[in-house]
Amino acid sequence: MKESELQYIDLFEQTRQMICEHSSKVMNDVRDEAFRRFKAQGFPSQKVERYKYTNIQKLFAPDYGLNLNRLTIPVDPYQAFRCDVPNLSTSLYFVVNDAFFAQALPTPLRGGGGALPEGVIIGSLKEFASAKYYNQLAGKADDAVTDLNTMLAQDGLYVYVPKNVKVDRAVQVINILRSDVDLMVNRRVLIILEAGAELKMLFCDHAADDKNFLATQVIEAYVGEGATLNLYCLEETHNKNVRVSNVYIDQQRDSRVNHNVITLHNGITRNKLDLTFSGEGAECQCYGCVIADKQQHVDNNTLIVHKAPHCTSNELYKYVLDDKATGAFAGRVLVEPGAQKTTSQMTNQNLTATKEARMYTQPMLEIYADDVKCAHGSTVGQLNDAALFYMRQRGISLNEAKLLLQNAFINEVIDHIQLEPLRDRLHYLVEKRFRGELNKCEGCKLCR
Amino acid sequence: MLEVRNLHARIGDKEILKGIDLVINDGETHAIMGPNGSGKSTLSAVLVGNPLYEVTEGEAHFNGKDLLAMKPEERAHEGLFLSFQYPVEIPGVSMTNFMKAAINERRKAQGLEPMKTADFIKMMREKRKIVELDQKLANRSVNEGFSGGEKKRNEIFQMAMLEPRLAILDETDSGLDVDAMRIVAEGVNKLMTSETSCIVITHYDRLLEMIRPQFVHILYQGRIVKTGGPELAVEIQEKGYDWIKQSPLS
Repeated sequence: MKESELQYIDLFEQTRQMICEHSSKVMNDVRDEAFRRFKAQGFPSQKVERYKYTNIQKLFAPDYGLNLNRLTIPVDPYQAFRCDVPNLSTSLYFVVNDAFFAQALPTPLRGGGGALPEGVIIGSLKEFASAKYYNQLAGKADDAVTDLNTMLAQDGLYVYVPKNVKVDRAVQVINILRSDVDLMVNRRVLIILEAGAELKMLFCDHAADDKNFLATQVIEAYVGEGATLNLYCLEETHNKNVRVSNVYIDQQRDSRVNHNVITLHNGITRNKLDLTFSGEGAECQCYGCVIADKQQHVDNNTLIVHKAPHCTSNELYKYVLDDKATGAFAGRVLVEPGAQKTTSQMTNQNLTATKEARMYTQPMLEIYADDVKCAHGSTVGQLNDAALFYMRQRGISLNEAKLLLQNAFINEVIDHIQLEPLRDRLHYLVEKRFRGELNKCEGCKLCR
Repeated sequence: MLEVRNLHARIGDKEILKGIDLVINDGETHAIMGPNGSGKSTLSAVLVGNPLYEVTEGEAHFNGKDLLAMKPEERAHEGLFLSFQYPVEIPGVSMTNFMKAAINERRKAQGLEPMKTADFIKMMREKRKIVELDQKLANRSVNEGFSGGEKKRNEIFQMAMLEPRLAILDETDSGLDVDAMRIVAEGVNKLMTSETSCIVITHYDRLLEMIRPQFVHILYQGRIVKTGGPELAVEIQEKGYDWIKQSPLS
């Protein structure tokens, strides 16, 4: 056992009571089991296949503070979060560090529109979580970071949409990191869509202080029969931010999921997506885009399990890496016996702008059924010289030409976003990012 | 306008241009003909600064400035335009954004403010008519999914937008049907003034019947071996190049 694990084991043993006091029975009931697994296994080394490209032990080694006693942190979320999306009317919620921020709730639109439909719940996880769903996907995941999150998470966000209810207005959740000392936060999200429900969710990560942050995040989403979930995760933080996010999605028959994970600015990011088709005829579209420079590191790891027949999965991940940034994409599609008529497509395309930038890409297919259509592919390369020269001949400077081509490359992912104002905003943000101007946010000021 | 003296250039270890001399004055149209592999496309590529080619000897001046010292984009700002033999497809970059960037980058180089969007759109609409380019094509990504003829018309559309002082048409007629060639030629003719000049690189005299050059040069083995009037193009069409190959320095 290494120091990095021991400090969390000691922490949990010493503060277990305090952790539990500020949480709820449902969340407390699963802590010991997670702790037992964590203690037995510790953090994965890079010899563990799914953590090959990110050194988890190193990331968790520093000494971060935790707010286990749930001290109130002074914050005005509307001040801390200035980078909103123009023209995007959302139901806006805040999670400050890892706690649901109940003081700032969305106001219904004038004229009574915009209120959540009846029966929809968006609130504090510790208040609403039920044992029927909480930790049911994450508890089986065999992932030390998920177990650590389960041990330490005291609150989070709970989202429930009843049967056949369509939530028209997008639900936007701003995760704000706010602290005067280096801080570890353990965010937890539980999303439940009953049969036929529809929900569009947008998570935005922001850091309001230039402290070192370590955020673990576990999102569990249950997508019922014929339900549709659009899940957008936008990360726009700073160089001192470490994020380890694990997303678990279970799809029932004929359900649809669009998952879009966008890393615009970060320090070290590790995103895992585990998605399982439990029922026939379901479909998922998973998109990811990454823009990284300096010494930033972004690792997307996906596993899509086709348990049921007639399901369709499509993945497209695109990276632009500059300076000494490193990127990794490891995607695995597992087609189980009997999952006939599976259609699966996985694509990972990457641009490396310098000789020092590194991309690790590993698309994997594992097929145990004999009537399926699966494809996977990946590319790593540079901008097209012929296109660059063509543009220069028309008077476009080399820098501007590169910018246009990089934008075009990333926009293939952005264009799949179904919230039009968010799409427009991301086009704008991506361009700013490539121009090196994305440091107007409070949290990004140190990245200049 | 353009003065080329003893220009030598190579790609890799292969010397292609072996001493080109060429003077083009305001308002002149020159045709350059020659058998395959004689260096016609290389000459156009070197003039616009394609980094694949290396100039080993000689000089070139454009509007009195040292052309070879300028970056490709600076040459464009100075008014040099190449209609590419093989226009490049640029997926994801719309024609509108592409042209807007081209025009505003030049305006920036000239110390001007970016063009107003309304003016730009009006300009796009007017210039599109010159080569009968469909609105739908203008809304698409640069050259993506364009037919061969549409790509060539799109080159002339860009020429119309950028109003160059010297346009080089590199086999703009290749792959065009009769109607498309007429549209292209008429487009070019509309854009020519007493202050603009044109170099037409072609294999056939058909385009030259529509764009009437004052001078025809024959390029062979990296040198201009013969210069004459429009009648030279007709002669080539009838007799081929063998008679020139046999007495290359005639």
